[in-house]
Amino acid sequence: MSWLSPEEWQAVALSLRVAVWATVVALPLGLFTAYALARWSFPGKQFVNGLVHLPLILPPVVTGYLLLMTFGTRTPVGAFLAEWGIVFAFRWTGAALAAGIMAFPLMVRAMRLSIEAVDPKLEEAAATLGASRVWVFVTVTLPLVLPGVLAGSVLAFAKAMGEFGATITFVSNIPGQTQTLPSAIYAFLQVPGGESSALRLVVVSVVVAMGALLASEWLARRVQRRMS
Amino acid sequence: MTLSVRLRHQLPGFALDVDFEAPPGLTVLFGRSGSGKTTIINAVAGLMRPDTGRIAVDGRVLCDEGVWLPPHRRRLGYVFQEARLFPHLTVRQNLLYGRFFARRAGARLDDVVEMLGIGALLDRRPGALSGGERQRVAIGRALLAAPEMILADEPLAALDEARKAEILPYFERLRDEAKIPILYVSHSPVEVARLATTVVVLQDGRVARQGRAAEVLSDPSVTPAGVRGAGAMLEARVVRHHDDGLTELDAGGVPLFLPRVGQQAGEVLRVRVAASEVILSREAPQGLSALNILPGTVEAIRSGDGPGALVSLRTPAGRILARVTRRSADRLGLREGVTAYAVVKSVAIAPQDVGGA
Repeated sequence: MSWLSPEEWQAVALSLRVAVWATVVALPLGLFTAYALARWSFPGKQFVNGLVHLPLILPPVVTGYLLLMTFGTRTPVGAFLAEWGIVFAFRWTGAALAAGIMAFPLMVRAMRLSIEAVDPKLEEAAATLGASRVWVFVTVTLPLVLPGVLAGSVLAFAKAMGEFGATITFVSNIPGQTQTLPSAIYAFLQVPGGESSALRLVVVSVVVAMGALLASEWLARRVQRRMS
Repeated sequence: MTLSVRLRHQLPGFALDVDFEAPPGLTVLFGRSGSGKTTIINAVAGLMRPDTGRIAVDGRVLCDEGVWLPPHRRRLGYVFQEARLFPHLTVRQNLLYGRFFARRAGARLDDVVEMLGIGALLDRRPGALSGGERQRVAIGRALLAAPEMILADEPLAALDEARKAEILPYFERLRDEAKIPILYVSHSPVEVARLATTVVVLQDGRVARQGRAAEVLSDPSVTPAGVRGAGAMLEARVVRHHDDGLTELDAGGVPLFLPRVGQQAGEVLRVRVAASEVILSREAPQGLSALNILPGTVEAIRSGDGPGALVSLRTPAGRILARVTRRSADRLGLREGVTAYAVVKSVAIAPQDVGGA
């Protein structure tokens, strides 16, 4: 990657790492949440639904500040986690956490829609054939919602790549540590002569986003074709 | 293996309160739509939890006070009205789905595939199958899960007449060859006459009558499908096929002539005789085109609210139901104990009215 300076490359690599981690960790949680919201009725369901969607509606800066207040090193939660060696504040892990939380509602929405589209009668049929609930999920529900899971994951990945407001508020903009792609673009635009670096990173952003989108479309089509 | 069901459940509009047994063979839960049939079969399958009740297969309790076996541990094969095949799996994978969980020996895949004639479909996906093919695969899938009992909820209702005629024989084979008890929900008198060994008649959420198919179907006081759907069921043995396209049968010593049937001489058939196709005569009819004349004794007459009456006649062939007008019944002087002749046109017996016994 000779056409990217080491500084620029660092931002790209960090962003990819942050987005991959955010997506991978959010995936099972998102699937579980989507399933619960789609299929179960439980007290406080509307509250959970609202909580999941909050990052979508709140100003990202507010989400970032709330994260700082919750996971900062001098907060009870932050101190407790620090004892276990888990530190979020001003680390790349914090950037991943912020990106994951911001991407979560998008992921859950896409997955929930596809789970609701699965006919519960098929799951009943699987149960009468001897499949326990876990097996029904693994062998019937999951394969049928795979396109939605893929779409939700790509959406989340793209969102995580581009997350700016919550990240910069929560973990600041430290090159090599928390300076993700959007933060780097922002930083380059603040210094004279940084436009060309910013432009190169913009191109990288567009390529990564398009690539992810095309890959997911292609995968979803393959899954769809297998089923019809 | 006997299924015993006793349950109460409040449904919107009416209360279900039933108590019946399904002995080996094929038991039809017979009643019009909304009589609670599907609720009962879903309670047996574990897809619905009744308010109170006890359901057991022989000694194995599926549901009782404080006992609730989840559907996947009930070992019942369920054939739904819509086939409910898994769209992401091939026919072969659908068929083998239940066997993966059963962990016990059941029917062999090859035997089931051959019995249902679905060998050519194995590598296809359900989306590429016709309605009748789908339902055959669904039957195979239930059977291969090695169930202790098969449940079927109006499995033919979503099919057109031709597809119904295609699937009915498979249930006959299931009943006769697989030796697995079957609980079958239906509102179709034809299906009941063709398939049932035992009938449980449901009316307004209660069991109105239960017993052997021939007895229940020829009882004029029980008409769950309405008087228009009434019809008795006779058993008859094929004597021979005649050159003019008719098949001669022997029903308790009385010859019956039907349009040619597929069964061989010596085989025993079930013949459904729709009550509305039967003419009654007090004297042995002369110079009549109808070929089937069964002498008998009037056993019961049930007058309806309208102009009709349902007459049951005991004949050597079995009991026959005839639907005549009250006016005719009065004019003929029909009452219990008098002699009468049931007259049935051969062509009034449709191919779907005839099946293996």
